[in-house]
Amino acid sequence: MTAGWPEIWEITGRSLRVAGAATLLAALAGLPLGVWLGARPRPGGLAAQVILYAGMGLPPVVVGLVLYLLFSRSGPLGWLGLLFTPTAMVLAEAVLALPMIAGFTLAAVQARAAGVRRLVRGLGGTERQVLATLLWESRRPIVAALAAGFGAAVSEVGAATIVGGDIRHHTRVLTTAVVLETRKGDLERALALGAVLLGVTLLVTAFLVVWGERR
Amino acid sequence: MPRTLALMAVFGLALAAAPLRLATTTSVNDSGLLDAILPGFTRETGVEVQVIAVGTGQALAIAGRGDADAVLVHAPDLEARFLRAGKGKGHACLAYNNFVIAGPAADPAGVAAAESALDAMRRIYRAGATFVSRGDNSGTYHRERALWKACGLEPRGRAWYLESGSGMGATLALAAEKQAYTLTDLGTYLFMRDKVDLADLFNRPEPLLLNQYGYMVVNPERLPGVNYKAAYRLRAYLLRDDVQRAIGAYMKARFGQSLFNPLFGRCKVEVVP
Repeated sequence: MTAGWPEIWEITGRSLRVAGAATLLAALAGLPLGVWLGARPRPGGLAAQVILYAGMGLPPVVVGLVLYLLFSRSGPLGWLGLLFTPTAMVLAEAVLALPMIAGFTLAAVQARAAGVRRLVRGLGGTERQVLATLLWESRRPIVAALAAGFGAAVSEVGAATIVGGDIRHHTRVLTTAVVLETRKGDLERALALGAVLLGVTLLVTAFLVVWGERR
Repeated sequence: MPRTLALMAVFGLALAAAPLRLATTTSVNDSGLLDAILPGFTRETGVEVQVIAVGTGQALAIAGRGDADAVLVHAPDLEARFLRAGKGKGHACLAYNNFVIAGPAADPAGVAAAESALDAMRRIYRAGATFVSRGDNSGTYHRERALWKACGLEPRGRAWYLESGSGMGATLALAAEKQAYTLTDLGTYLFMRDKVDLADLFNRPEPLLLNQYGYMVVNPERLPGVNYKAAYRLRAYLLRDDVQRAIGAYMKARFGQSLFNPLFGRCKVEVVP
């Protein structure tokens, strides 16, 4: 199905880069946030937990619309020139992946916090070592969190269309290409793109799981 | 090797010049027309054209915020309004075709026997035959509304009147599934003809069904930061005789008729601010 259509690999590569960068960005913020919130009760921690869990259901099109208005040349951040660029798509998808990663990390850490703290403190460890041990002991659910975050980012279409614009050779990713080919009535191509999207998600998830299980 | 160097030179030029963002309607993009004529512009000028294909309403909204440098749309009323608001300038008519009323081959409303487009719409209304409207702010939707209005009829709220809220290709597919009538531009219909079970029941070039594509440059005085120099260069390129002829020839062999008839800048319907 993909023979004679080299552009599909260009699109796939962009999907991977954009969703990968978004997941990385969301993990850099979400993992510390989840561990910090989950390690012990914090002031406002419950409210933060509610916001993170609710954020897992953030409607992508609304996130896209808000970022569109921010990044538009007529908007407050218009001078950055980010609208209709892959960077804008990375930011939108990071916003969507962040609650997944922070939320799942929080839940995993919370469940282990009391036991790990007792053990580490009992052995004379510091609070910092408690957090590090919590992070290590939660690595399997954190892999699930990263997979969920990547899945949310790579499969997202609403925000990617609004802030990316589906520009050929520039911001076209697998999901927006599926929409385009469906609109054109080329359902075979749309289906081929869908199959590649599923394959990409499967491969990345497999990589994450194996990485989490090693040692 | 020389070819690689040439490619690199073109690519280098493309990187050197600021890209041009063209907000346009899905019908000119999805038909492949822009992919056929824009690379020539990039080769000549080194300006990469980034195409954002949405409905006419959204294209004008994007350009109206300064997020595109030029628009290519097909709704003369909305184009005039855009010019009046001072957001656009340098309007030029590029091409035209016509809108088509498509529907089930069985034609329960008798559209094929209609004397005019308005008669066809009245027949659909009287028969209460299922009709799929785009229901968005696209150029095609605007034309459909204008046709109903000219008939003095309001189909909204009727059980047989469906609003798809999606692009023309998806709307044709929906109409085919429901064996319903719909208004479509000729280009998208010809492209989808083999894939959807719909007949072009009313396909006559009458003024009310004229589908005219207009190009506008976004006004840099009103919306600073837009790439108006490149937008004007593209305007000149699109209006050039050889490019206009290429537009007229696009897919003509495949369909036996022009998808887009060149206008050489001479509007069939005047777009006056």
